[in-house]
Amino acid sequence: MKFTEEHEWLRADGDVFIVGITEYAAEQLGDVVFVELPEEGSDVKKDDEIVVIESVKVASDIKAPLDGTIIAVNDKLGDAPALVNEDPLGEGWFFKMRIDDASAVEALMDEAAYKAMIS
Amino acid sequence: MPVPKEQPPWQTLRPKDHRGIELWREADLARRRDNDLRQTDREGIIGRGPRPNDDAGMPGKPHEARMPELKRTALYELHQELGAKMVPFAGYEMPVQYPLGVMKEHLHTRAAAGLFDVSHMGQVILGGTDAAAQLETLVPANIVGLGEGRQRYGLFTNDEGGILDDLMIANRGDHLFLVVNAACKDADVAHMRANLSCPVEVVDDRALLALQGPAAEAVLADIVPEASAMRFMDVIIADSAFGDLWISRSGYTGEDGFEISVTNKQAVALARALLAHDDVEPIGLGARDSLRLEAGLCLYGNDIDTGTSPVEAGLSWSIQKVRRTGGDRSGGFPGAERTLPELENGASRHRVGLAPEGRAPMRDGTQLFDGETAAEPIGHVTSGAFGPTVERPVSMGYVPTAMSEAGTRLFGEVRGKRMPVTVADLPFTPANFKR
Repeated sequence: MKFTEEHEWLRADGDVFIVGITEYAAEQLGDVVFVELPEEGSDVKKDDEIVVIESVKVASDIKAPLDGTIIAVNDKLGDAPALVNEDPLGEGWFFKMRIDDASAVEALMDEAAYKAMIS
Repeated sequence: MPVPKEQPPWQTLRPKDHRGIELWREADLARRRDNDLRQTDREGIIGRGPRPNDDAGMPGKPHEARMPELKRTALYELHQELGAKMVPFAGYEMPVQYPLGVMKEHLHTRAAAGLFDVSHMGQVILGGTDAAAQLETLVPANIVGLGEGRQRYGLFTNDEGGILDDLMIANRGDHLFLVVNAACKDADVAHMRANLSCPVEVVDDRALLALQGPAAEAVLADIVPEASAMRFMDVIIADSAFGDLWISRSGYTGEDGFEISVTNKQAVALARALLAHDDVEPIGLGARDSLRLEAGLCLYGNDIDTGTSPVEAGLSWSIQKVRRTGGDRSGGFPGAERTLPELENGASRHRVGLAPEGRAPMRDGTQLFDGETAAEPIGHVTSGAFGPTVERPVSMGYVPTAMSEAGTRLFGEVRGKRMPVTVADLPFTPANFKR
């Protein structure tokens, strides 16, 4: 699993990557009450704001971690946004994307580096 | 961009263009008296640059390094022990939530009882035999006629008929006891000292706890049996194992409950005694905000400020007949030239409840339109959040009086999109007071 400074995680799933936010970010955001997801099939550029996440007190954006194409989104979050808090690394994922330059994922933080960043 | 560890997080997490995940911060909670909230849509929510008193609320860092200038209440160590997330609020380091989380804290308060530290609020005593008549020159309410042992909500108004602060006023026989907002207390005290000849004493050696919810009476009665006999807005001074307690049957959640002033020395012991009940959980400012919003209560700095009049704000009920046109003590308060005619004729805009369709909250600053493609906004949202009890987003805002009827369909612009929102009756949750 790889991590961004924006508190996202990326996990390989065949030739695509599943993206969500870390437990740390989910805990810090507080109870999530609304998630707006990108369109399936949309092309995104690194740092595009593609997900809106509203917790009890604040609206935040999730940025595209790298250039690529959104191939699936987690529709369950529409009715059950609390999944982001309950299972951020599993059922609370946001989208799957095909990354244009898969080698760029290697340059992201590993778990140790991410843990060092938030500690 | 990696975050250098040496730098304090409130600097590193918010470069000017930062628009990513914003962690807990006080921006949505701490309100200023000036009015920089009327920005458009999300720029007013997440796109703001750093403020001097802003903070990202990152844990695991020494608080001393983060918030050197902030004051602490007598319960500070207890909050830490309880695992609270502390944020700056109105110059104080305050608990925004405990491990339970805002949603469950909110629901627990409506189901059982919540304990809030509201010691940051100002407690003031007005002495002298004519304190009530004096205060009436600054507050358009019937204070002279307020019975002993009773409390009343009121407003400090300014010469333009705007609102300087909202406050609670209690008649305790030979003096008045006031509770004012934390962010306004210094200005309120200066305002009273400049304009009143009676003694204005700031009470700075007492904490203030709020115990709110349907179980509050039973819990407090264990410590203060006479609390059970109190009605909504009664005040008493009670002897207790925790010294003298100044108790009012009131609060700001829409639930039955009490506000309890206790000496700083006894505050932690009292809080622990209340928390020892199974029914009581500590509740932070996050849930306090969603509770008061569901209850349709105004947050000073958001829903009311110097730019809103009492009539526009729907607070005419706080101005009793005796202070209105034709009353025995009509007028005689700042801004009466505007307020008195408005009380008779109505105002051109009004604070209303707003129920957004769908699940996305419409937060403060959201512009309101009377059509999906209308060019000019007709009003704006002043408070908005997800309501845990009603299980949907709830907002309040100002709209033209002609559009203030419940059921009127409007649009709020959220992230560039016009989202339908319906004017709704306030409160969103019925009040549960012991009348």
